[in-house]
Amino acid sequence: MIGPIFLVEAAVNGVLLGGVLALLALGLNLIFGVVDIIWIAYVDLVMLGMYAVYFLVTAAGWPVWLAGLGGIGLVALLGVLVHLLIIAPILDTAPLNQLLATGGLLFFLQSLATFLWTTDHRSLRLALPVLEVGGLFVSLARLIAFAVALVALLGLYLFLTRTYMGTAMRAVAQDREAMTLMGASPARVYLVTSAIGGAMAGLASPLLLIQYSVHPHFGAQFGPLTFMICVLGGLGDMIGAFVASFIMSEIISLGGVLLSTEMGYVIAFAVFIVLIFARPGGILIRRE
Amino acid sequence: MRRTVALGLLTALGAAPWVPMGGMRQYVLHVLIQILIWSLIGTAWSLMGRFGLVSLGHGAFLGVGAYTTTLLWNFWGLPPWIGCLAAVAFAVLLAVAIGYPCFRFRVVGHYFALATLALGEVIRLLIIAERSWTGGSLGLTLRPAGPASSLIALQFRDKRVFYFGVLTLWLLGLAVWTRVDRGVARPALEAIGEDETAAASVGIPVTRCKLGITVLSAALTAVGGVAYAQYISYVNPETLAGIDVSLRIVFAAVLGGMFSLLGPTVGSALTISLAELLRVAFGLRLIGMAETIYGLLLILFIIFLPAGICGGAGRAFERRGPRPAAATATRRS
Amino acid sequence: MLSLDAVRAGYGEFTALWDVSLRVEAGEAVAVVGPNGAGKTTLMRVVSGLVPPRAGTVTFEGELLNGRPAHEVVARGVAHVPEGRRIFPGLSVSDNLKMGAFLPRARAAHAESLGRVYGLFPVLAERRRQRAGTLSGGEQQMLAIGRALMSRPRLVLLDEPSLGLAPVMVLRLFDLIRRVRAEGYTILVVEQNVRQVLKLVDRAYLLEVGRIRAHGPAQALGEQDFVRRAYLGL
Repeated sequence: MIGPIFLVEAAVNGVLLGGVLALLALGLNLIFGVVDIIWIAYVDLVMLGMYAVYFLVTAAGWPVWLAGLGGIGLVALLGVLVHLLIIAPILDTAPLNQLLATGGLLFFLQSLATFLWTTDHRSLRLALPVLEVGGLFVSLARLIAFAVALVALLGLYLFLTRTYMGTAMRAVAQDREAMTLMGASPARVYLVTSAIGGAMAGLASPLLLIQYSVHPHFGAQFGPLTFMICVLGGLGDMIGAFVASFIMSEIISLGGVLLSTEMGYVIAFAVFIVLIFARPGGILIRRE
Repeated sequence: MRRTVALGLLTALGAAPWVPMGGMRQYVLHVLIQILIWSLIGTAWSLMGRFGLVSLGHGAFLGVGAYTTTLLWNFWGLPPWIGCLAAVAFAVLLAVAIGYPCFRFRVVGHYFALATLALGEVIRLLIIAERSWTGGSLGLTLRPAGPASSLIALQFRDKRVFYFGVLTLWLLGLAVWTRVDRGVARPALEAIGEDETAAASVGIPVTRCKLGITVLSAALTAVGGVAYAQYISYVNPETLAGIDVSLRIVFAAVLGGMFSLLGPTVGSALTISLAELLRVAFGLRLIGMAETIYGLLLILFIIFLPAGICGGAGRAFERRGPRPAAATATRRS
Repeated sequence: MLSLDAVRAGYGEFTALWDVSLRVEAGEAVAVVGPNGAGKTTLMRVVSGLVPPRAGTVTFEGELLNGRPAHEVVARGVAHVPEGRRIFPGLSVSDNLKMGAFLPRARAAHAESLGRVYGLFPVLAERRRQRAGTLSGGEQQMLAIGRALMSRPRLVLLDEPSLGLAPVMVLRLFDLIRRVRAEGYTILVVEQNVRQVLKLVDRAYLLEVGRIRAHGPAQALGEQDFVRRAYLGL
């Protein structure tokens, strides 16, 4: 039987993983809530950001934190481009077509990455230390990633609740037309949303790169998981996605330590399927 | 008119293996076989897609189909003729397992699509996780049968046998599609696709109808998976399950027009030919460039040709009126 | 201030308004009455820019509004309180009002506008932190109107304000609309409750099946035989 200390360690790692997953899930959810479109290729944008950070550090010699900022800027810009070039033309078409448009983007980005950088896995090889805290071994990289993610999420929260544009984005998610009657141009709101969604993906890039290596199919690793977290929390529901991130990350972490890494994911996905039946609208569905 | 064209097409297809192609025959047959297999799978998918049941996880049924026959043959020598029945049975079970709760609890639209995506991923990850007997990411090769038992084992040296085999399966798929298209269930399913609550209120057994079409779609997809496994003689979780292949299936069907009989076939023919063309053009030189252009073309296609090539019920692609205000009760901030 | 000339508008193949002309002068309160399906809501949506007119012109303070998107129309001083209120249910009362002041010029005067709105509708001040979805129908209507006022408009469009409200609430609401009007806003209101609204406004138009059938001073219109029979139950 697994010693309890390993379970506690896995639980802690689950929390740390959950922080970064929440960053991904909330970025995707933000865009879905406001623009009403699921970016199937969202995590592939993260992949591009990771490559950007990688090359900025290894080829241009930038310090990691600066490269991270570069990554944020780049993917925010990509987010805007994706919206302008792909999303805006298909805003009024059937949801299936919208899904396929971003699905096509997924193929495009994965193949482009393969073409440009081959399928080799690339890692920063930072070899950050593993800390020992009260008998538990925790990777510093994970800790940093978690802390940064949390700060970012706090920033997002403040933005969404205290600023005009942030509140407008929440309003658009509830009633798009009524918000245009307040003088908010939908195009502008969508652009800002895409930029912020992109920025969050961009922030996740360095945080993930210090823990994992990047390769063109990185999106396949975290993409489906991110979608599932969003659905579990209720599509468009920010708090729900936040909670769901940690639920899934705990299952993955504990399952990984009790069985195997893949089985951890299998169980997480299976739990997801079961929970969807129990609460079709998301686990935090609240009655009006 | 239509009948003559159909007959002409059938004759052309039937005669294809004997058309002089100067050494290219094996390659052309290879491509045609793949087109037919994926057309079958695309047609199977469109049985659900045309009624609003968008599945992003058909890789699950495909993978289950392919792996069941392969594993049963490799480990127990069970001929794929029987193994196919098991494959279909498992796919049906899976379809019911995900379909019944989804339909019973009204999991629709985006939620249903993502639930099916989860299913596809579960199957893919399970295959990888149980690598000791499934071969994991490295895949599994079909155990070669001696020439005497090639019919029993459904392994043939001559591509032409495979060709006519898949041609028959493809025609079977089209027949099933036509049966559904002309059958009594169709108006019920269309009503459900339009407005589930209204359909239920006039007495349509919503869950039973949706489950029925899902099971049919899954079964046909599994058959396609079996055909694939027998022909290629190699199965791999990445090519047969997971989001990638599921998306490709959907793409081909929608590109060709998922509301028409030959839409998925046209779509598959186009996407596969395109992929082959790009692969030949770029060869081993610019690895990944072919796929990149492929992805780009897919995006352009979806933006500029939303109803697919064969069109069909274009009405279904229009947004139904202005977006509802304060739409769902689940949206919160 | 506002004039519509020979406006035709509709949805898809369906034409909801035929050759509609009307005027609203600054400081007036004008009503458009008529039965269900007459096109009253479409009329409001044409003015506020949600529906583009297919023919005719919509002019506000000398400027052509035709085809301008809704968010630009608001910027020019026309606020639309939509049918069904359409407040943001997940946001608090104060956040809803904040959204009303989204326009740059409205943001600058946010505090002042808020004071004015709370003065008109004290119950909103009491419930400022409450989630708007939990308010009663009447309170939501007040919130919708207050939200529109936050954009510092000159013309306020009210679409069926009494819809779904209890009779007692309707009387209170029309009183409040009188007070809003007294503050200097020009009002164009569309209503099914003919009796109450004719007491509120200066002039009224009768819209039936997409056409203006009659118009004139409110009292005179209310005394016309066919109006009394069809709409006032007399």
